[in-house]
Amino acid sequence: MTLDEKTESEQTPFRKRPRPGETMIRGFLFVCGALSIAITVGIVYELGSESLLFFQDERVSFIEFITTTVWQPQVGGFGIWPLVLGTMLISVIAMVVAVPVGLASAIYLSEYASKRVRGFLKPVLEVLVGIPTVVYGFFALTFMTPLLRAIFGTSTVGFFNVLSAGIVVGILIVPLISSLSEDALASVPDSLRQGAYALGASKLDVSLKVVVPAALSGIAAGFVVAMSRAVGETMVVTLAAGASPRNFDLGQDSLFGYILNPFESAQAMTGYVAITASGDLSYNTIDYNSIFSIGLTLFFMTLGLNSLSRRFVKRFRQEYE
Amino acid sequence: MTVDAPERELQELFPTEVEYRDLLDRRTRRARLFQAGCMLALTIAVVALATLLYTIINDSFGLVAVVNEREPADIVAELGYDPATVALIDVPYDRLVGLLEATVGTGVGRRLEREQRFYPDRLVFEPQPSWDEVCSSEEPVPGCTATPRDQANIYALVQERVVQPDIVATYDLVPSLLDAEGFEAQVAAGFEAGRFEDYTPEQIRIEWRAWFNPTFLMTPSSATPETAGIRTAILGSAWLVAITILFAVPVGVGAAIYLVEYAKPSRLNDFIQTNIYNLAGVPSIIYGMLGLAILVRVLEPFTSGSVFGGTGASDNGRTVLSAGLTLGLLTLPVVIISAQEALKAVPNSLRQAAMGLGATRWQMVRSQILPVALPGILTGTILAVARAIGETAPLILVGAASFITVDPTGPFSKFTALPIQIFQWTSFPQEEFQRIAAAASLALLILLLVLNAGAVILRNRYARKA
Repeated sequence: MTLDEKTESEQTPFRKRPRPGETMIRGFLFVCGALSIAITVGIVYELGSESLLFFQDERVSFIEFITTTVWQPQVGGFGIWPLVLGTMLISVIAMVVAVPVGLASAIYLSEYASKRVRGFLKPVLEVLVGIPTVVYGFFALTFMTPLLRAIFGTSTVGFFNVLSAGIVVGILIVPLISSLSEDALASVPDSLRQGAYALGASKLDVSLKVVVPAALSGIAAGFVVAMSRAVGETMVVTLAAGASPRNFDLGQDSLFGYILNPFESAQAMTGYVAITASGDLSYNTIDYNSIFSIGLTLFFMTLGLNSLSRRFVKRFRQEYE
Repeated sequence: MTVDAPERELQELFPTEVEYRDLLDRRTRRARLFQAGCMLALTIAVVALATLLYTIINDSFGLVAVVNEREPADIVAELGYDPATVALIDVPYDRLVGLLEATVGTGVGRRLEREQRFYPDRLVFEPQPSWDEVCSSEEPVPGCTATPRDQANIYALVQERVVQPDIVATYDLVPSLLDAEGFEAQVAAGFEAGRFEDYTPEQIRIEWRAWFNPTFLMTPSSATPETAGIRTAILGSAWLVAITILFAVPVGVGAAIYLVEYAKPSRLNDFIQTNIYNLAGVPSIIYGMLGLAILVRVLEPFTSGSVFGGTGASDNGRTVLSAGLTLGLLTLPVVIISAQEALKAVPNSLRQAAMGLGATRWQMVRSQILPVALPGILTGTILAVARAIGETAPLILVGAASFITVDPTGPFSKFTALPIQIFQWTSFPQEEFQRIAAAASLALLILLLVLNAGAVILRNRYARKA
């Protein structure tokens, strides 16, 4: 007797029984998952609507915002480039410090270190990722800045300067780069290494010509994540890089003497937001709205970087998994 | 004998023995150099981080030059004890209260008593009738219900009100240990330069001071670095962490269960997953803006507690609750991702066995999957919470008060937090504030170390069982 021949009532026990409890739990769990979308919508909506208010203000124009190079809210200068310049200077210095140190540490941990050394150093690096950034900020101000001023002279290096902030942000992202790169290097199949050794390659050849190229997209993903972290970093930048935007004029100011000078202060985007918000900030003022326009810019910058990194990771996965 | 042409060509292709050794040497040297370079990089990383810890410890202890309004030894002698054998902190409680009574005015005394009583059964500064009136009024003072002061507390008060230390110069830990005379010379030079013109050289005492000490942990903040502490900040951070955990853990684990155990591949579920990864990369300051715009401003009636009646309600939304929820939103993606990893690590055979026995999906999750995944979830959660404790930027945005001396009493209190306190003190130019910023950093790092160690121990125990 096949199922089709059964009568309607006989089939019923085999049907899916409705279970309201199960459905409710499933519903609750789905809401938990969907909440993440609500957070994103909330972020985009709030940043967007407050920015819109900002650009609707008669003192502000969107064209000036993205084309002019003076940020002086008190006198109506609303060009975002000085703040972007600060952020970029700090991030680039940070990457210059962190990329070689982080990548070389990762190569050492993955290719050279014994299992014991790796087992000890990996958790140490993981713990160090967790040190609060405000502590790094304290470090920048009480150790790095005096050190730089002692080396280069107090007349060259300002009390607040981009270099100190950049180096310390670099130190802060070294563990991130090294642990992400190490993961990428470790997931390169051993057969590649063994093949290269069998052909007579030295460890140097294996590392630089086989393993690193094979893990390149994974490593690049790590770099991009670290860059995004540096761009969004707030406390070190607020404490050590100073609180005045570096307004510039491309035609008149010297490029290396002033605009890109790492020894002078330059406020970053995050620094501006933090300083503005730490004072008495009343709603619906131009200061209040301006931090959201900067936040929106920051959001898109980091979103772009993170999407880029995920694309790298996807490519890497396709190659090896 | 001549070599024929093809063989000679072949010989030219290969290096001679001398050339060969030379090449080999060069190759070995290059490889060694590279290895040394990599090791150097790792050393630089470790040294940089060691320097960070060194700086903090170096700044948290050391010699200070202090001028006391009244010398502790003189006070002890005045009270009739022998200064050689009795320290000020060992003087009986009653005598210290008496000393305080003789020194501070009635106004200040009453304020102190209203904060916390001196004796459970009698009053020192305030007459009984007015005290009863205050305590039976609509807004009783904390002293009506709080436990009376103890020896450590009264000692701190005597320090603050009677001894009144003024620290005029400080010295780092390492130079204090190696070169104490250097500090004396520095103080003497300071005198000659006229920096301490309020005092005479005889008044200045050079003594050891641990900026990080039990009193520092137990006293509330203060405008003077000599007597400031971090109790308010620690309690604020504790409230924040509690709210963060209450929000982020159930929601985060729920979302992870949905994504791993329930969700079938669909565009919506893929989108949720991608979205979570993106959220994990959003800078924390942007979560702060979200908290400011939505929790503090739009939801002000809820986060200030005014819809729940007046008790303990704040006059605006800049409360522990807003900040805790902001940190919760910030931690959520991290909790979800780590819980997902833990759930994915549960072997599929468990799921198949549970399903095979006829369990429903939730029965399977609750009684089979969750118990196995729990240590992993817990580890991830601890690490996420450790990250939340150190977050500063979002708290600045949602309006943590930097100067506040009252302990938070509920979700609708104004508050400060450890990282905020560090940020504030670091940005003051005076040396003494740098010292207490270092001491507060040390407290924060110790707290994080404990949490991280807990996570590592959990993970190791779990790894051994598996």
